[in-house]
Amino acid sequence: MTYQFDFAALLPYWHEFLQGALLTLQLSAIATVLGFILGTLCAIGRADGPRWVRFLVATYVEVIRNTPLLVQVFIVYFGIATLGFHVGADMAAVIALVVNVGAYTSEIVRAGLESVHKSQLEAADCLGLSRTQIYWHVVLRPAIERVYPALTSQYVLLMLASSITSQISAEELTAVANRIQSDTFRSFETYIVVGVIYLALSFIVRIGLWLFGLVVFVRRRKLGTAL
Amino acid sequence: MSAVVKLANVHKSFGSNKVLDGVSFEVGRGEVAAVIGQSGSGKSTALRCINALETIEGGTIEVCGHAVHDKALDRRNLRRDVGIVFQSYNLFPHLTVEQNIMLAPTCVKALSKQKARDLAHEVLARVGLGEKAGHYPEQLSGGQQQRVAIARSLAMQPKLMLFDEVTSALDPQLTGEVLKVMEDLARGGMTMILVTHEMAFARKVASKVVYMHKGKVWETGPGSMLDKPTTPELADFVGSGL
Repeated sequence: MTYQFDFAALLPYWHEFLQGALLTLQLSAIATVLGFILGTLCAIGRADGPRWVRFLVATYVEVIRNTPLLVQVFIVYFGIATLGFHVGADMAAVIALVVNVGAYTSEIVRAGLESVHKSQLEAADCLGLSRTQIYWHVVLRPAIERVYPALTSQYVLLMLASSITSQISAEELTAVANRIQSDTFRSFETYIVVGVIYLALSFIVRIGLWLFGLVVFVRRRKLGTAL
Repeated sequence: MSAVVKLANVHKSFGSNKVLDGVSFEVGRGEVAAVIGQSGSGKSTALRCINALETIEGGTIEVCGHAVHDKALDRRNLRRDVGIVFQSYNLFPHLTVEQNIMLAPTCVKALSKQKARDLAHEVLARVGLGEKAGHYPEQLSGGQQQRVAIARSLAMQPKLMLFDEVTSALDPQLTGEVLKVMEDLARGGMTMILVTHEMAFARKVASKVVYMHKGKVWETGPGSMLDKPTTPELADFVGSGL
């Protein structure tokens, strides 16, 4: 078996690879931020909300965790269109990713919330803080600090999983690759290049989240405790 | 002397376990009351009821003019008047000593950051930890953490301070430094109720000793009561401790 590698054939497409990579990063960044907010609210709702909220969140989480992402993407994409809204593939991709990662985030953050000892809440309560103030100042930061490594993995996974949205032709990295390989017939080379780019993106996401952690978790930085 | 705290015939059970069985006592302004008794005698529960951390099933509790037994009690209003310090300190680990103290004054009393910081330094000086403002709780000894917890309560300028076995997790030396802070507070006229196993401290500082046994107030009197107990149970309890 002699295969002649020809990476040079892909050179004219470097700009498109770059565009795809940037869109992948963009999709992931937006989905990470919104998914984090959604997931955290869900976690609080499930831990401390009224019965119907707990039920709603539990249902949402179980449905998302037990169906394939690809199916979720299709449902969002075609669902939105059926409801009569016109959103682009990129937008549909973001919505699907947010819905997906929000569910996983809520489970991770819930573990963090549960790890904050009741005595902390009691102390804050006795100082006269309101429930919102207690969550904001006393519970959330230590909770998220504790599960931050798990969240980081989840958001790297999200970035990688965003490749699935190529199926609704969101023009992210994998979709770009699909197009380039059908133009050049250099499939093997194309996906090797794309694989390397994904590796680099993962690295970027990890570094980014690590730096963010350093900024937010001041105590860890000052005391030199590893995240 | 007007009563700051008044418990009357308080009943409380956990399941079938009757923890408080008709507890009554009063604490006047500026008084230091030491609640003593064996583990399980209900003394910590009594203290927690005073701060509405537990709801009671019968009787009345009046604290600084608040009807604590009332279902319509505004707990946050009560907490403005009552400070509590716990055995396990319960400092917020992600905040510095200074931030721990500033949190409630800024959140609850809407003090400016600068005013809250000044206040934090003032109360830290009172507990002898002025130089630890920028430290994190985990960098402090147990005794220091407990003094920070006391300072954090003091920053809210409570009318009444509750201490729930605050030295039980500390070695004798650290216990000494915490007790000294509490003695200073008492001398400064703070109304205090402390649940404690420190008999010597109770004898020396308390103006009133409440001995609880089996969920009841078994005996009550001045600190000197510990030297001549009238009930065999207290005699037993004091005797075993000396």
